[in-house]
Amino acid sequence: MGVETKGYAGKYIVFDLGKGKGRSEALSESVATNFIGGYGFGARTLYDNVRAGVEPYSPENVLAWWTGPLAGTVAPTTSKYAVFARSPLTGFFGFGVSSGGFAYELKSAGWDGVVFFGRSPKPVYFFVDDDAYGLRDASALWGKTTWETEELVREELGDDAVRVASIGPAGEGLVRIANITNDRNRQVGRTGLGSVMGSKMLKAVAARGTGSVDVADPEGLFEFSMELNERCQGPKTEKYRIYGTPANVLVHQKLCCLPSYNFQRGTFEYAEEVSGERMMRTHVKKVIACTNCPIACDHVNEVRDGPYKGTVASMDYESLDMLGPCCGVRDLDSITKAVNICDTMGVDTISAGVTIAWAMECYERGILAGEDVDGLDLRFGNAEAMIRALGLLCRKEGRLGRLLAEGVKRASEAVGKGSEKFAVHNKGLEWGAYSMRSLKTSTLGFATSIRGACYLRSGSYQVDVKGTVDRLKLDRSRGKIVYEGENSYAIIDSLILCKFIRGVMSAGDMAKLYTLATGFEMTEKQLMLAGERIHNLAKCFNLVHGASRKDDYPPPRAFEEEMTDDGVRGARITREEYDEALDGYYEARGWTGEGIPMRSKLAELGLEKEGEGLGVG
Amino acid sequence: MRALSVLPKTGRMRRIIVCDIQKCNGCQVCEAVCAYAKEKSLNLKMSRIRVLRVEPFLNIALACRKCEKPTCVKACPRDAVTALDDGSISVDKDKCNGCAWCIESCEFGVLKLHLDNKVAIVCDFCKELGEPQCVKYCPKEAISYTTVEQAARKSSREVAEHFLAELSTSTA
Repeated sequence: MGVETKGYAGKYIVFDLGKGKGRSEALSESVATNFIGGYGFGARTLYDNVRAGVEPYSPENVLAWWTGPLAGTVAPTTSKYAVFARSPLTGFFGFGVSSGGFAYELKSAGWDGVVFFGRSPKPVYFFVDDDAYGLRDASALWGKTTWETEELVREELGDDAVRVASIGPAGEGLVRIANITNDRNRQVGRTGLGSVMGSKMLKAVAARGTGSVDVADPEGLFEFSMELNERCQGPKTEKYRIYGTPANVLVHQKLCCLPSYNFQRGTFEYAEEVSGERMMRTHVKKVIACTNCPIACDHVNEVRDGPYKGTVASMDYESLDMLGPCCGVRDLDSITKAVNICDTMGVDTISAGVTIAWAMECYERGILAGEDVDGLDLRFGNAEAMIRALGLLCRKEGRLGRLLAEGVKRASEAVGKGSEKFAVHNKGLEWGAYSMRSLKTSTLGFATSIRGACYLRSGSYQVDVKGTVDRLKLDRSRGKIVYEGENSYAIIDSLILCKFIRGVMSAGDMAKLYTLATGFEMTEKQLMLAGERIHNLAKCFNLVHGASRKDDYPPPRAFEEEMTDDGVRGARITREEYDEALDGYYEARGWTGEGIPMRSKLAELGLEKEGEGLGVG
Repeated sequence: MRALSVLPKTGRMRRIIVCDIQKCNGCQVCEAVCAYAKEKSLNLKMSRIRVLRVEPFLNIALACRKCEKPTCVKACPRDAVTALDDGSISVDKDKCNGCAWCIESCEFGVLKLHLDNKVAIVCDFCKELGEPQCVKYCPKEAISYTTVEQAARKSSREVAEHFLAELSTSTA
């Protein structure tokens, strides 16, 4: 039975890379309306198909690509797709969202998504051409950067408008922090999904679509979309439009939550030099937008002088902080160069920056030296050494490159000597650019996140940054804040919308968009319940793969060291306050003290079957 | 007495869609709006305006230029493509057989074949709606519907203002 709800393409491709054959599957009505799209569909696919013990790099691991019901329509910021697999970095729910024009193309080709199984015996890329699809030889593309791959695929297909999502040499070489890039500057950045593609010998996915998405109320959807476009020109999105996310640098500096020197500090003495305001004057050459986005946040830098002259890279706050202040680096030319290397070679800027920052701290403490670091002078602030280390990491070259390519958790476990204590990650995913000890609600959100340390799973940093709570304290009530944020963000990631539009859209607006597109009368309450359902299903996946309460903690640095920055001097998280906040979170979620959903909670969400295997209350 | 503003203007008073490439970011909202205005479709590939991104920095939206000597008109072997009094191009759907010679002849590449019925289509400036809808809805006001002369005067003004600003900083 196919889906009658509009908005969806109503079908998806299931493709066996080993056999080079696939089939079209109908999307079921109940999956569509209960799991919405994107994150929801990914949770369904992973839970249903990836059993305990399936290794991330094995052919049995699934690699699922999903769009949402709004992709391929005029609704703003909806050209988004998400990719899912069991993560080689965390072992848990692997998940990343990207934008650009790729999702629009895939959806208008007539597909809600593609689910890959198996492993190809040789390098291939997958091409979706409206209703036709299949593999093409990628021997000539193997070893190419993501930017080269996009161009070469377009050249080969004789169409410069084909959209391409590809991996670089890092993904091919199974660098665990490898990502997937499309439209040059947009990435499925986190949890190492690029290396899952590499393990399947899948170099790229290309899409061309000329069809129209059938929506329930085209006029209503058009009018509402234009209204939202108008709202997006107002103050709520100003930050993204004017300076882009690097505007955060000075805001976070003031709040002592700008991670520097591998999260040892929350301020950076050269913050001014790497601020969004400075970057706008000296590096930003052009601001560009994703398809159907009225905001346009993508600040594309060009290095104007010096050894990296002519280097181009899209710069956002996370990349900037991780490859800048977090490594003690203060010069925008080098940071731009580093981001360019990450994007073209295909590694996640956040994971790469945090992993190198950890190595720098090891070097300064004498834990790594000489041959361990391939002779690099890896002290904090040495931009050239950072860039060379990054090159080694991307190609797994030298002792240092092979070590760092594993991500910070495995690297620190291999090195030991107490370096695990300052390996800043949760569940194996490197921490983003929000200090742990001076933004405590944020930390609870990062550490309980389904995919490991992440600011985009609940947005719980917002109450800290805005000052609606005391950010230097934790208590039970913070659990509910994270819980509500997660449910709402689960919907944003399922519809899929851009987080940057959240300021001008209420949950009611999201339900309205869904109804206009699909014709299914969705209420705000139903939608939030779907968010909770989706999150719980993803949690069930993590539990099947061995997650427990201990995985929901920040790293030792958050507890054991006091901050030294003026303004937050002495700040650290106590075990007691964190435990209390975590209890509060589990309680808000209806989970046991071990973080396991109660059967009654799962039943309430229509996940009775999933509850049977968990065996709790 | 001649009534005001009824006569189509040509030459330097001809109105065209002008794109400010500093402001255009390649979002394609104009394409989506066009597709809806002309086809009641939400498929931006149905549009008459074309957005082009040339990596890494150039983004531009292009529509019919209402050329004084339109090559598309000359190219059509069936006289299906004609220029109207205001310079805009009209395609007779019944005469057009989709040979695409008009498309090939256009230096700006702003004609297309319709995705479904495969005849040539081109921007008609949304005459029936009073104004080009892409201009109305461009989120960044990057495109405008203006005369050739006003577009040129705007460029002159901007370069003069830039010069003046340079001058005042160098003397300050």
